[in-house]
Amino acid sequence: MTIWLADPTLRTVLAGAAILGVTAGVLGSFAVLRRQSLMGDVLAHAALPGLCIGFLAAGARAPSALMAGAFLTGGLAAGAVAVIGRLTRLRTDVALAVVLSLFFAAGVVLLTFVQTRGGGAQAGLTAFLFGQAAAILRADLWVMGTVAAVSLGLLAAFWKEAEAAVFDPDHARVQGLPVAMVEVGLTLMVAVAVVVGLQMVGVVLMTAMLVAPAVAARQWVNRLAPMVLLAAACGVMAGSVGAVLSTLGRGLSTGPLIVLSATLIAVLSLLFAPGRGVLWRALRDRALRRRLEGRRVLATLAALGRAHDDPGYAAEAGMIDTAHGTATARVLARLTEAGLVRRVSRPPKTTPHWELTEAGHRVVGRSGERE
Amino acid sequence: MTLSPDAAILLTGVLVAVAAAPLGLFLVLRGAAMLTDAVSHAVLPGIVLVWLATGAVSGLLPMFGAVAAGLATVALVALAERSRLMAGDAAVGLVFPALFALGVLLVNLYARDVHIDADAVLLGEIGLVWLETRSLFGLDLPAAAVPLIAVAAVNFAVVGLLWKELKLSSFDPVLAAAMGFRPGLLHLLLFALTAATAVAAFDAVGVILFVAFVAVPPATALLLTDRPGRALGLAVVLAVVAAVAGQAIAVGWNISIGGMMAVATGLPFLLALLAAPRNGVLARLARRRQERLDHDCRALAAHLLSHRGAPDEAEENTARALREHLRWPPARAERVILRALDRGLIRREGARLELTEKGMAEAGALFDPTRRG
Repeated sequence: MTIWLADPTLRTVLAGAAILGVTAGVLGSFAVLRRQSLMGDVLAHAALPGLCIGFLAAGARAPSALMAGAFLTGGLAAGAVAVIGRLTRLRTDVALAVVLSLFFAAGVVLLTFVQTRGGGAQAGLTAFLFGQAAAILRADLWVMGTVAAVSLGLLAAFWKEAEAAVFDPDHARVQGLPVAMVEVGLTLMVAVAVVVGLQMVGVVLMTAMLVAPAVAARQWVNRLAPMVLLAAACGVMAGSVGAVLSTLGRGLSTGPLIVLSATLIAVLSLLFAPGRGVLWRALRDRALRRRLEGRRVLATLAALGRAHDDPGYAAEAGMIDTAHGTATARVLARLTEAGLVRRVSRPPKTTPHWELTEAGHRVVGRSGERE
Repeated sequence: MTLSPDAAILLTGVLVAVAAAPLGLFLVLRGAAMLTDAVSHAVLPGIVLVWLATGAVSGLLPMFGAVAAGLATVALVALAERSRLMAGDAAVGLVFPALFALGVLLVNLYARDVHIDADAVLLGEIGLVWLETRSLFGLDLPAAAVPLIAVAAVNFAVVGLLWKELKLSSFDPVLAAAMGFRPGLLHLLLFALTAATAVAAFDAVGVILFVAFVAVPPATALLLTDRPGRALGLAVVLAVVAAVAGQAIAVGWNISIGGMMAVATGLPFLLALLAAPRNGVLARLARRRQERLDHDCRALAAHLLSHRGAPDEAEENTARALREHLRWPPARAERVILRALDRGLIRREGARLELTEKGMAEAGALFDPTRRG
């Protein structure tokens, strides 16, 4: 670890990854909860023309000009989506796709425009497509850090409003909170997160940094503040793991590795998060199913006993199978283990018979008295 | 016969435009445009894996890989959505960047010097399509055009054959399912075709510009007409015009041809968005204004009717009362009175406003809706 940290390039990349992780995790949480996951994708793609405009305006690859340009076109794209979605019959989904592809196409056109007149300096711009973490300079870090700090500070200052607007916009509106403004603000914040992440993972993969940490965090907690913090932690983890992995060999590009790390964290969370994860749900479902099967066999035995006016009636295994329409040997084995039924033989018959134990009678008595 | 470079580029662009239109129409109608974006990104790992396994970069094999990857994306998104652990849009946003990142990583690791190149997959290199040609029916076509002709033909054939089924399952999936048309299967078929078309379009325009051709011309057409058949024709025309215009502009200014073709689809969209006769933004706003005015007229008629013959009639049924009691701004009150006069709902009696026969009927219908019919 200390050897890695001694490497100044890696140190810069790790710091960049951390800033990106925190920003994207926090702001992405809001985007995901507001069902705006794909807005991040649109804003990221819409940053491309902005980068070119920033480059043309500044005449150089100045990070603040590029970021300002990206933020500007991102805001424009968000506005366009809102207009198309609200004022026409086209669905939001179509609005997103149209705006994304048109802004990106404009970006591609501007990119070639810059290339034909910009000479060598344009090399830095295509790197924004997939990100080029190794090219991050300390000066870039300061700009990224400042932008991130300002936006996160704003969010903290208006936390209550943001929380209300996310979970119950109607109620917030009735309470007199400026919900529309908060929503616009939160969408613009996504544009900020995109701007911060451009150098690390690029416009194409940025959406994963917004969505994956938030989806991961959502699986573990049910409250907004812990979710946001956890998403930030997941973002930092994904960023650092991806950055470190990318130093291990040639061709291991940082952006895709960060995105794959973030996705892996999300997938693991979806599988293993306690109470909610897929695996937990499967285990719980199995336990419930077994309990139900056991109860039904016990009830069958009790019913047979009642039908024969003999509470100690021992039913033949095949009879129980027939009553359930399926093989019950495994269920009976589990019930035996739990001490609820016991196997008895009823000579002269040779087939196995089963009867309820005392404990079994008690269980049936508790659950089946209403019958 | 050999095509000139410009003609080859134009032919390729037009073919992308034509191949994308029939799919785009139904993808837009279904609100699955962003899923199209996801599928077109996710075909990259499919192509790369096929290349790693067999060494094939063009032909049918990569296309199978792409279709498999595209269908896997749709299935994964559906799976993630059905787990109810995240919203549908988050599912899309989680699945396709991961697959695309995987593809980019594989390209960077193993395929740096081969035909596949991540930038090219994203942006396309339509300017270079004339370099590689293939002979078809005695015509030297650009190599990229041959698969495009094939997918365009297949797309039109499938959409033509399943026209009524696709229409029904797009507009009313529940009814389609009840009638036994298997809308789920049609959905998958649509995305299989989308994946295949995306691969064929890669060389020419790249993933995202392909999405422009899928989404924008059909969206424009659907702003202009309500009928799917006309929308398809319109989308094809718009897309072809965009390809032609885009190339002309791009060559003149020496900028990205594929990019400009896609940008050129945007101008008609913008015009339709603003000025489409019934579904444009301006028409919507005008209609909204009209409806607000009509509503105010009804409110005025109701107000006049409820005070008619009452002791305060002389005070209430005046223009002044509208401003002071209903708190309408003067400009609004004036507009409403003029409109109501125009429609013959009221007449002036000195300072007092009085309902006409027609106005009484309209106000009466408000209080007793059963009388209207």
